[in-house]
Parts: sequence; C-alpha cells; structure tokens
Amino acid sequence: MSMPVRLDRRRFLGAIGVGAAAVAGSSALSACGGGSSGLSGDSGGSGGGGDKPNLSVWYHQYGEAGTQQAVERYAKEYPDATVKVQWTPGDYTSKVNSGLLSSSGPDSFEGTPNLQMVKAKQIVPLDDILDEIKSDYTDADIKSVSVDGKMYGARIVDDCTLIYYRKSMLDKAGVKPPTTMDELVAAAKELTTKDVKGLFIGNDAGVTPAYGGGSMLGPVLWSVGKNYLTDDNKVDFTGTDVENAFGKLRQLVVDKSILLGAPTDYWDSGSFTQGLCAMQYTGLWAMPIVQKAIGDDFGVVAFPPYSTSVGKPSTAQGGWSAMVSAKSKNVDAAKKYVKWLWVNNTKDQEDFNLSYGFHVPPRKSLAAKATKLQSGPAAEAVKIYNQYAISGGTTWTTEMNTSFGDAATAIVRKGKEAGPELAKAETTINGILDKLLG
Amino acid sequence: MAAVNAVEPSGSRGRVGGSAGTIGPAGRKGRGLRGVTGAFWLFVGPFLLGLLIFVYIPIIWSVVLSFSQAQNTVTPSTWVGLANYIDLLKPGPFLDSLIDFCIFAIFIVPLTFVLSLLLAVLLNRIRIARAFFRSVFFIPTACSYVVASMIWKLSIFNGVRFGLANTVLSWFGIDNVAWLATPSPPLYWVAIVTARLWLQVGFYMILFIAGLQRISPQLYEAAEVDGAKPGWQVFRYITFPQLRATSVAVLLLLFIAAFQAFDEFFNLMGNSSLARPPLVYLYYTALGNQDFGRGSAGAVILALLIMIVSLAQGKLFGFGKAAE
Repeated sequence: MSMPVRLDRRRFLGAIGVGAAAVAGSSALSACGGGSSGLSGDSGGSGGGGDKPNLSVWYHQYGEAGTQQAVERYAKEYPDATVKVQWTPGDYTSKVNSGLLSSSGPDSFEGTPNLQMVKAKQIVPLDDILDEIKSDYTDADIKSVSVDGKMYGARIVDDCTLIYYRKSMLDKAGVKPPTTMDELVAAAKELTTKDVKGLFIGNDAGVTPAYGGGSMLGPVLWSVGKNYLTDDNKVDFTGTDVENAFGKLRQLVVDKSILLGAPTDYWDSGSFTQGLCAMQYTGLWAMPIVQKAIGDDFGVVAFPPYSTSVGKPSTAQGGWSAMVSAKSKNVDAAKKYVKWLWVNNTKDQEDFNLSYGFHVPPRKSLAAKATKLQSGPAAEAVKIYNQYAISGGTTWTTEMNTSFGDAATAIVRKGKEAGPELAKAETTINGILDKLLG
Repeated sequence: MAAVNAVEPSGSRGRVGGSAGTIGPAGRKGRGLRGVTGAFWLFVGPFLLGLLIFVYIPIIWSVVLSFSQAQNTVTPSTWVGLANYIDLLKPGPFLDSLIDFCIFAIFIVPLTFVLSLLLAVLLNRIRIARAFFRSVFFIPTACSYVVASMIWKLSIFNGVRFGLANTVLSWFGIDNVAWLATPSPPLYWVAIVTARLWLQVGFYMILFIAGLQRISPQLYEAAEVDGAKPGWQVFRYITFPQLRATSVAVLLLLFIAAFQAFDEFFNLMGNSSLARPPLVYLYYTALGNQDFGRGSAGAVILALLIMIVSLAQGKLFGFGKAAE
C-alpha cells in the first residue's frame, strides 16, 4: 500500500483556483502525516562556495514513477549552478510556507502564485523571463500566474479534471455518461451495487479541503456558471443556483451512491481501476495508469452543467508553476534556472508533461504537437480543457477556502441548510477580503 | 529541575556569563572548572541553553506574534493589541474546535482511566507471566501516533469491503460502513477514540501498577481481619482511595494529552469541521493560512486554559503539592 502521495493532482487542484498561501491551493495535508517543522535540514542556496551558485529547488511529490528522477536529471543538466532538488512527500504547503519565511528556504519552488504572497513580498515577478513566451501561453494560464498585471510563475504543467466512467459498467446498467447534475445523481444511484459505488469524488464527499480534499468546491459553483470570487474580487458563491447545486451533492450523500473511505483519495485512480466505483472524478494525469489497468474500458466527460439551461460543463484549470522566493540569496541565478528549464528547455518540458502522468504542456506550441494527447480519451480531455477550463484566480486564499469548505461540509455532509451556511462563509470571507485588499 | 534554584547563589555574584567553563567560585580565577558552581554550569549550561533557544524564546516570540498582525511573516511590524484574541473568541471555527475537544475528552478520559485501572488491577493479581502481559499492553505506547493512524485509516476502518471492520461486519450481513466519512451517526469518533485508547492505555496502566505497588499490604491484612470481602469491597474501600494521588495525576495527564490531540485527528480527519480539535485548527491557521498572529493567539489561549485546569485541580485535589 503506497502512501497516497500523488499530490500533483491535489495540488493542481489547489492550483485550480484554490490558490493558497504559498502553494497551490487547498491547504495541504496528506496521509503521510506530521506537519513539516520548517526546521528542515536543507539550507537554501547559500551563495555557493565555488564559482557556481548553489540553488535549492523544491517540489511536492508527484505520484507517478520516474518524476523525481526526471527533475533531478534536469537539475544535473543545468550548467550554470549546482541545483539541489528537494522532493517533499506529505504536507508540502506547510513546508513551503515555513521555507518562504527565511533565506534558508527554497530559491525556487513550485506552487501557484497568489495575491497574499505577493503582498507579503515572498515571491518576485518573472515578467522579464516570461515575456518572450507570453504569447505561447493560454489566457487561462496567464491569468493563473498574474497578480496585478505582473506574472509571478512559469507554468510547469497544466492539469484538468474529468469524470472517468467505466464503459462496461454503464452499458450493463443501461446508463449514459451524465450531461447534467440530475443525470449525474441518477447515474450514480443506478450504478451503485453492494460492492460498487456509482461515483467517487473523494473520501470527504468532495467538500472538505485538507491536503487533497475538496474536489467539488469549484465544480459545484462552475456547474451554475459561478466561481469562488468574481473578476473584481467579490464573493460569487451565493444565490439560489448555488444552493440548488449543493443540494445535488447532498443528494449523492443521502443516496449513498458515492464511495467513501477508500484507501486513496480522488486524485489517485486506484478506486476506479480496482472497480470500487463506476465513475470517478480525477485528473488527466491519471490516464496512463488507467489505460494500463483497464485498457480502453473507460471514457471521460467534463463535470456536467447544472441543467440544460443553467451553467456549462467545466474542468479545473490546474497545474503547477515555478516561482522564485524573494528571500533567496540568489534571486537572479534562480530566475535564470527557471528560464532555462520551464521557458526555453522544450525537450525537458515535453518529457515532464508527457512521459509520466499526462499533463497538457503549458506552451501552446508544445501542446499542439503532443502526439500522446491526440487520440482517444486524452484528446477528448484536451478538448474539454481548451473549451471549459476555469481558473480560480489568484485572490482566493487557503483561509477563504477553509471557510467555504466548512460551509460546504455542513451542507453536504451534515445536511444543514445551504443559505445560512453560505451566508456565514460570505461574512467571514468578506472580512478576509477587506484585510487583503484594504 | 530543583537544580535550577542553584542559579541563585552564583547569580548573586554577578558572574553568570553565557559561557560555561570560565566561571569558578570567586577567588579561583584561571583555574577553569572547579568546585560545585563550575560543575553545575558544565552540566546544566548546555541543557539550559537548549531550553532557552528552543523553548523559551519561541514561547515569548509566540506571545509577541499573538498581539501583532503577522500575515505571511514572523517578523511583523503591525501591533494590533487584542484583535487576534477577540477574533478567535467570537463564535466560529476556533470555539467549535474547543467543543470538539470537549466531546473528545468526554469519551477518551473516563474510558482510558477505567480501562487502564482495570488492566492494572488484573495484572497486579495474576501470578504467572506478569512481565509478559505488562509488556504486551505497554508496547503500543512505543508506536507512533502517525503510524497507528495510518493503520486505522487504511486497513482497520477504511470504508470499503476489504477493511477489517467491514469484513467482520460482512460476516453478519451488514453493508460496508464508511467509518471516517459518516457524520450521522458520527462513526469517525469510533476510529479516533479507539486509536488513542490503544496507544495510551498501556502507559497509564503502568502508572496505576506503580500506584498499586505502593499500597501497604498491611492495609489488606487489616481489612481481612475486619471481615472485608475480597473483590469489590476491598477495591472500593482500600485500593481505590489509596490510589487517589495516582488517579488525579492520571486524570490530569489524560486531560492535557486530550487537549493537545493532533496526530490522529490530522491524519484521520484532515482539516475537517466534523472533528477539528484546537491544535489542528491552529496548525492550519498558522501554517496553512500563514496567519501567525491568530495562530499564536490561539496557542496562548490554549496554554492559559491548560494552566487554569491544572491550577483548579490543584485547589480541588491537591495533586502536585507536597506528598500526602
């Protein structure tokens, strides 16, 4: 039983819109337990004793085999500095948060930029190294790394989330892939048997954002055309439509048609490939593993709209970006490394995005020629990504996410009334917004 | 710790520098470490220095942070007075977490107390393989909370058909139960409470055994002469009253341990408002949201609460005062 550590998907989810303090998204917590003390023994780049600077580069633990060796290989290839890779299993968010408080942390690290980090002067703008490829990024990508018009991260991978469904199980039950929330609820119920649940959206019913939880917090809003915050940073998660959409999630819990208490969480495809569930909400990254396990007995659809008249299909615009710590003793060297690897080095970018799990290469020119993404479900996923990806923006913080998650947990898991719970979260989050933007 | 009092005499000489090794009693300059004071600093110095750097300074720093607005920084410049405290004590997640803790304590404290006492009394009575059983019950104490939580979460109480608990239930034809994800009834408490019970019952059992062995056998002989029936009556009128000091100590330790619960909640429940004790909430506040001001304020409030409880029990039961 390997530890659930495929954080990239969770993180990426974070990145999806749950941009959070220091790293992507939903504050992280993994089964590996134990928070990081911040007293990690690795010291950051410390000027370098020789002629080359030393750089410390931090990653969360990607779940796919070979990913760690890959980033270590890239680091070795770099001629202008001695690069030490710090690969972090478990609660990466806390580790980065502690690391960014002092110069003994990372020089460069991955995560998702957000307003709070920028205001605290923890990260430096990277426009000077990104300008040359800015036109090769999608608008959603640019939005995901921009704070006040400046870009703070070089995209490493782009991810999206999908509902995977087991063709044979759906055929046997005479169920079609869902195209609305009602159909999703009905299909999940129909597909549930004694040992197989209809749908898996996470062990937290998709609403409790620990490290790797809260998969539904975005989709439930996007299904009715809303988001966490509006473009001008006002609360956007209230109203009758949102309450109704939450009602559908609640229905899934009441029907007992979602899988709970699985050994790994939704970012891992294990429950799906082992036949514990007929449908699972997870990421594009999992596709190679799913293909290997069950061949072509699966298809993918976007998260459905609320109904034929309300909302649109959606997928999370997720992934990871490389940033540079403002407290680094070697800001320029770290920027140079980021530019060398994630801006110019197309060979390694292709390798990292396509050789392990599947991701969409952030540079459009690379995505266009990624043959592995041009057929079957992968092509379908890329189409969904290009059409429906939604970015959560860079203002939404972990603290807001916790508050919104508490409301969602009360509604979906405890059966409380949606209106008052969301109103409570709105009050809290308005307070945080005032502090942040004031 | 009593040795710390010895700082006084040398302190009054005004010779307490930071570096151990040069301070000798007055009039013995240049002779290096000699005499009681030098030896004292040689032994206590490194320890004291470590304590200062790793315990006292952080605590003081934390108190300073708790009065500041420390968002994404531990070197804040904005002083906000009591705002962090007021914020936390408004109805909200922190108060909820204190309620969670109370629920947890109501279960775990009496349960562990009764079970460890029972085990201790039983162990004290058996004549064979005493050491063996004592070790068997004590071994889980050496197991890490994180590891135990993982086993509880992934194998015993997972929600699918191959979980241990669900396998047992399936023999009786009961459907799979999602132990950690069922809010009504809140079955996750079963996993949380049993994990901690298994981990700590052995330790408190040892404390009770020590207490039992301190009871003078003459009391039992006297009771027998007076016609007390062995069993409940003797336990009720001799054993339990004699264990008063131990019992109070165990209760207090259990209470503080429950108050500081973190590992099993963190690993079993994550950042879940279903069961989020204060430390988990503060962890996410400080390290997740990087709000070190409110995180520290919460920690200070917790420390004060633990102090109040300890002092209150001192008034009530007198544990920790001079030996009875």
